[in-house]
Amino acid sequence: MADAAAPAPPTPEATPSDLAVDDELAIYRVMLLARTFDERALALQRQGRIGFYAPAVGQEAAQVACAWALESGDWLFPSYRELGVALVRGTTPEELFDQFLGNAADRLHGRQMPNHYGFRDRNFVVASSPIGTQVTQAVGAAMAAVRRKDRVVTVAFFGDGATSSNDFHAGLNFAGVFRTPTIFFCQNNGWAISLPRERQTASKTLADKAAAYGVPGLVVDGNDVHAVFRAVRDARARAVAGEGPTLLEAQVYRLGPHSTSDDPRRYRSEGEVDVWRQRDPIGRLRHELIEAGHWSEADDAKLLEEVRGEVAEAIRRSEAKPPSPPASFFDDVLATPPPSLEAERREFERLLAEGVVKP
Amino acid sequence: MTETTIVQAVNRALREAMQADPDVLLLGEDIGVNGGVFRATEGLFKEFGADRVIDTPLSETGIIGTAIGMALYGLKPVAEIQFMDFIYPGFDQIVSELTKFRYRSGGQYPCHVVIRTPYGGGIKGGLYHSQSTEAYFAHTPGIKVVVPSTPADAHGLLLSAIQDPDPVLFLEPKRIYRSVSGEVPDGAGPEPFGHARVVREGTDVSVFAYGAMIPPAAEACEGVAADGVSAELIDLRTLVPLDEASVLASVEKTGRAVVVHEAPRFCGFGAELAAILAERAFFSLRAPVARVTGYDTPFPYALEQLYLPDAARIRRAIVDTARAG
Repeated sequence: MADAAAPAPPTPEATPSDLAVDDELAIYRVMLLARTFDERALALQRQGRIGFYAPAVGQEAAQVACAWALESGDWLFPSYRELGVALVRGTTPEELFDQFLGNAADRLHGRQMPNHYGFRDRNFVVASSPIGTQVTQAVGAAMAAVRRKDRVVTVAFFGDGATSSNDFHAGLNFAGVFRTPTIFFCQNNGWAISLPRERQTASKTLADKAAAYGVPGLVVDGNDVHAVFRAVRDARARAVAGEGPTLLEAQVYRLGPHSTSDDPRRYRSEGEVDVWRQRDPIGRLRHELIEAGHWSEADDAKLLEEVRGEVAEAIRRSEAKPPSPPASFFDDVLATPPPSLEAERREFERLLAEGVVKP
Repeated sequence: MTETTIVQAVNRALREAMQADPDVLLLGEDIGVNGGVFRATEGLFKEFGADRVIDTPLSETGIIGTAIGMALYGLKPVAEIQFMDFIYPGFDQIVSELTKFRYRSGGQYPCHVVIRTPYGGGIKGGLYHSQSTEAYFAHTPGIKVVVPSTPADAHGLLLSAIQDPDPVLFLEPKRIYRSVSGEVPDGAGPEPFGHARVVREGTDVSVFAYGAMIPPAAEACEGVAADGVSAELIDLRTLVPLDEASVLASVEKTGRAVVVHEAPRFCGFGAELAAILAERAFFSLRAPVARVTGYDTPFPYALEQLYLPDAARIRRAIVDTARAG
């Protein structure tokens, strides 16, 4: 497989940061927590302790800096690979492991695969697996926000593959027509499972696709927290000022597999991955912080130990919780379920009581 | 009191719902300035403006996807799909998203979108303006499926749909949009879901139908009196939730059942009714359950009158069922 599969490496810009040092350090902490979390979740899957996992390794800068530039009232429509965004929104590792295990504390009551979490109180809409469907939904929510006169934006998170989906085009088209306060945040990580970016579209960039819908489209170095933060903040300012939507293409690289069901060695070279490892966003920000005198190797070792402990403690606590109650999968189908479903529940509970079905 | 058509009753329900609740808004193709291709939204654009009667670009996934986003945010969108035959670009949004939001979020995100769409044949619409694919949707957990057959039901059930906390697919029998008229009393309110209507009482055979099949079924039930058969006609009105109690009570009385729908027979909604009767009314049945349906072909254009169940076919099935066993 040719290394040409990777997006053109963006040139780091030597522009002054819009981020305060405290923000940079806080962003770095979340990025390191995300990386640590991903590594542990992958290990748990390999040990058979969780069923599935889709890591965001390599995409931490884009996710964390994007979320950092948003306000808590903004509505986020994630894909299933937005760990950094969820963490910035205050989601704890323990809540995530609760979801992965589908235990009694899982807010989704064990209904969804790992990664497909959602937290209403954080305006972090629950994810699904079909690609791109959240894009039109984000536009609709933005139309609703305008109707309610709320000064918020909605953000659709998706990857390079989603830019081929129906809802990407419908969503950008509607957003362009109705000038909605929406940010389309595309993390182009180079690969949609096995399909490289240049086979996904003949478009020169993914951001170019916005032009057909009368929407500004910008490419940003997704490994540069400063560039991402600035681009999202500016897009947000435009949106709340009534100036309409923006498509941002954050160029990143998926350093890990698509998911634990995927073996990337089948379709891409180690050499290509190595090139991008050199541009690891965490190493890059660490280097910047140390160079600027805001951070040290000793600080880093201490922080790594701290986040590892945090993740380990979260796993310990989540695994100690009981499973979701057996009949709970009958809940929340409809607010007012039909008699046929109620009858099925009674049948299930009878089988349970008689020991025919075992929890 | 004046007579109202079904399409006028739809229009009236939309207007009343929008007057009562500023969160109710409409979106769809050609529904605003043009008032809808069937005029169901006539006058609403003028009364409520472009922000609440939204002419959308031509994309059903866009219409349903944005309606979902609005509902998640707290509005009460009523989306129009111009013909049920064109709903499939939005099928993913319905099946993967709309019907699963409440469930997949553990109840955090209810998603009350109403999707109105004209369905069914009999208007010389050919393959792509005639389909009745209610079974796809009734098969999918997480959505209610409503099919009125009278102006009063179109009005009352649509008001209920808009107030309902769950997603609702509201199927409008376009063939009888204007040919069936009736009174909708002043101040008429919502009609609750899950209650079948006995159109006509009888003692020998139960006939179950809905939507545009009610007029030919009613004609057939009148006709079989001449054959010495007393037929009971039940209008199901809501397929989900289904009024199973009324279905079973009728067959416990008559011991015989004919199921009518214009959709193809194989895996059609009638198959579910027949299965319910086999499971739960087996010992009341005195004859096999008969189905009078569209055939298992795509919907034909020139010969549609031969494809659609009519009073003669339904009447034959009622008489055969009455005499069987």
